Amino acid sequence: MTARFRSAPHGGVRLRISPDEARLLSSMAELLLRIVEEPEQQDGLAALVGISDSATRPADPVLARLFPDAYTDDSAAATDFRRYTENDLRRHKRENARRVAAAIPAEGGEITLDADDVQAWLKVLTDVRLSLGTRMGLETEEDVHALRAAASRDESLAAAAHIYEWLTYVQESLVQAAWPE
Amino acid sequence: MTALPVELDEPRIEEHNRPDVPWVTIVWNDPVNLMSYVTYVFQKVFGYSRAKAHKLMEDVHYQGKAVVSSGTREEMERHVATLHEYGLWATLQQDR
Repeated sequence: MTARFRSAPHGGVRLRISPDEARLLSSMAELLLRIVEEPEQQDGLAALVGISDSATRPADPVLARLFPDAYTDDSAAATDFRRYTENDLRRHKRENARRVAAAIPAEGGEITLDADDVQAWLKVLTDVRLSLGTRMGLETEEDVHALRAAASRDESLAAAAHIYEWLTYVQESLVQAAWPE
Repeated sequence: MTALPVELDEPRIEEHNRPDVPWVTIVWNDPVNLMSYVTYVFQKVFGYSRAKAHKLMEDVHYQGKAVVSSGTREEMERHVATLHEYGLWATLQQDR
């Protein structure tokens, strides 16, 4: 798989992808929509102004990485921050994932993204890689090297590691293509 | 990293040079985010020059964390929220 982003006019980019790559990217966007659930429905004024009733740090390590505490030394402030911002962040991440999913032609082919699309794609590729990386136990840079070594011996790990590395490659090419001139 | 001779205009955020303001935004190193991407995000979010963004990225990478902006608490909360949108591990605290 060799998909690589190229610069296009007005801050946009282009990408040509194969049917396999289209399926993989779509499934990754769908995965993100499953990981990042919609904010819970609430009644009353809090819901109207986007404040959540409960706001605790997610127990799941993937969600804890996607929605990190904003304060390390003040748990009350971290809870307040979460109460006022997490629903918006959730909606933002879901909207980006939907935007990416909608842009991918089922049979692959040429994709043209405008400058706003580019931001959504960068964020989705990041969120997907953070999710996979956290699930694969990547906590330090040594873990990344260890994963590569382990993947060369273990076939089931090799598939996941290969997807992760491919997404890394795609994101790097998007960053380079999108860099402001 | 390839160094391209790109310089943006004046930073859009001015408060990072105000010495009297006591809150800071910190970005922490993680093994997933690309060095290029982190540099890109610092330029995009803060309007920093490529050189400054690159230096901050290196500080995060080699020292484990870096102060990327400072200002009022409200401003830093906005910065942290924006950096969380980009998937960076950002926190804020009072500068002590």
